[in-house]
Amino acid sequence: MSDDGSDLTAHRCPNGHLTYPGHGRCPDCGEPQTETVDLSERTAEVLTWTESVATPSGVRAPNTLAIVAFDVDGQTVRALGGTTAAVEIGDTVEPVYVDQLRDPEASLRARESQDWGGFRFEPVE
Amino acid sequence: MDVAIVGASMTPFGERDAWIRELLAEAGRACLDDAPVGREAVEHLYVSNMASGELEGQTGTMNALAHDLGVLGAYAERVDQTSASGAAGVYEAWQSVASGASEMTLLVGGEKMTHRETAETSDVVASVTHPVEYKHGVTLPAFGGMAARLYMEEYDVPRESLARVAVKNHANGALNPDAQFQKAVDLETVLESPVVNDPLRLYDYCPVTDGAAALLFCPVAVAEEYTDEYVRVAGVAGATDTHVVHERPDPLALSAVAESGRQAYEMAGWEPTDVDVAELHDMVTVLEPLELEALGFAERGEGWRLAEDGTTARDGDLPVNPSGGLKARGHPLGATGVAQAVELYWQLRGEAGERQVDCERGLATNVGGFGNCVITTLLEAGAA
Repeated sequence: MSDDGSDLTAHRCPNGHLTYPGHGRCPDCGEPQTETVDLSERTAEVLTWTESVATPSGVRAPNTLAIVAFDVDGQTVRALGGTTAAVEIGDTVEPVYVDQLRDPEASLRARESQDWGGFRFEPVE
Repeated sequence: MDVAIVGASMTPFGERDAWIRELLAEAGRACLDDAPVGREAVEHLYVSNMASGELEGQTGTMNALAHDLGVLGAYAERVDQTSASGAAGVYEAWQSVASGASEMTLLVGGEKMTHRETAETSDVVASVTHPVEYKHGVTLPAFGGMAARLYMEEYDVPRESLARVAVKNHANGALNPDAQFQKAVDLETVLESPVVNDPLRLYDYCPVTDGAAALLFCPVAVAEEYTDEYVRVAGVAGATDTHVVHERPDPLALSAVAESGRQAYEMAGWEPTDVDVAELHDMVTVLEPLELEALGFAERGEGWRLAEDGTTARDGDLPVNPSGGLKARGHPLGATGVAQAVELYWQLRGEAGERQVDCERGLATNVGGFGNCVITTLLEAGAA
C-alpha cells in the first residue's frame, strides 16, 4: 500500500470509514483498511485555497494550494494539492498527474523516502 | 504532589549572534540566578528544542547544557514536540517533580533560526508534515492562509478582524523589552503589507527568531522553604490531532487545543471564566480566535469578535498575549512554550512592568504543527 500520494487512492475499512491517505489501521475504528477507491478519475470541490508567495526550498513560487473534497457514494474524503490555475471556493476540479511536484535535491526530506510524483488539481470548465 | 515554579528567565528574542548552546546557557544561567537555590540543587534538566540538528548541526544539546551550566550528574533529556516543544518541556518538568523523581528541575527551551535562508527554515518546519502534504510544498503558514479563507467564508469574518489580532499583539510587544518587535503597528500597515499566503499578509505572521527561555520547578513544599512568592502549576495537559491536516472532519475545530484545555481545566478544577490572562499560539493571526473558540472563551465562529470589541486587549476582560505573543515577541520554536509560561510567571507575580495586567490565574496554549500536538498549561499565583 502506497501512502505517499503518488496514486491518489483512498482506503476503506470493513466499517465503511474512508481515508486519504491510507493508514495501517483505520483511525476511526482500528480495523485494517481492506478496500481502495481510486480518486484520480473523479472530480472534487474546492473547500479552501491559498497562494503561497514565499515557498520552501525546492518548491515552485508562487504555489497555489487547495484542500478539495471528493464525494464517494455520499461520503466525503478530502485531499490537499497544488492547483494548475487560479481557483475559488466551490469550484469543481479534476486531478492531473505531475511527475515531480517539487525538487527532491533541494528539499530536506530524503529523496528515497517517498515518491515525488502526484496530483495537482485543474479547474473543470 | 503539587508543583511550583520558583525561577524564570528569557533571553532577548530576535536576531542573535549566539548559537544554540550559548542561547540555552544564557537563559539557564539567568534562571538559576533568579531562583532562590544554587545550581547544585538541580536534579533534572530538560531542553526543549525542535531542530538544532537540522538548523545548525548541533545535537545532544541537553548534555552540552548540563556541562555549560555546571549541573553535571543531573539527569538530562531533550524534549521535541515540534513547535510545542517548549510546553512539552513544561509538561515533562511538571511530571518529573509531581512523580517525585526530581526535587529541582530546570527547563530551558531554545532555538537558533535566523542564520538560515527563510526557504530553508521554512522547509525544516514544514518537514513535520505527512508525505502527501510535504510533496506539494505546503507550509504551516500556508495552512494558516487556507484556514483563514475558510473561516472568513463560513462565519462571515471580516478580514480586518484578523488584522486586529496583529495590531493588538504588536501594541503589547512594544512594552516588552525582550520582544523581537517592540513597535506598534496600525491596521492599514497590516492590511497593506505584502501578501504571503493569500488572503494573509506579512503582518499576519510571526517572524523567524533566535532565543531561549527557562523555568525552575520544585515541589510546593520545597518552594515554601525558600519563598512566599512562587507560582503553582494548577493544570497541564497535552493532546494530539490528525497528522494529515485535511483529514480533520472540521479543519477549523482545533480539536487538540480543545482536548488539552478540557483536561487541564479538569485537573485544575477551573472553568474558562476562571482564567484572568492567556498566552496563545498566534503563529498566524487566525489561530488566536480559533484557539479562543476551542478553549471555551468564545462560541464557534465568534472568536474574532474578542479582538474587535477589546475583550482581549491588555485592559479587557481577558487579556490575550500581553507579552506580544509569537507575533511580536517572536517564535524561536523550542523556546516559545517556555516563554509563554515565563510571561505568565511574571504577570502572576506582578513583575511584568508596563504591560502588567490584573491577574491571579493564567493559561498558556502552545501548538505544534497546525494544531497537530498541543499543550495547555494553567498557572496560578502564590500559596496552594
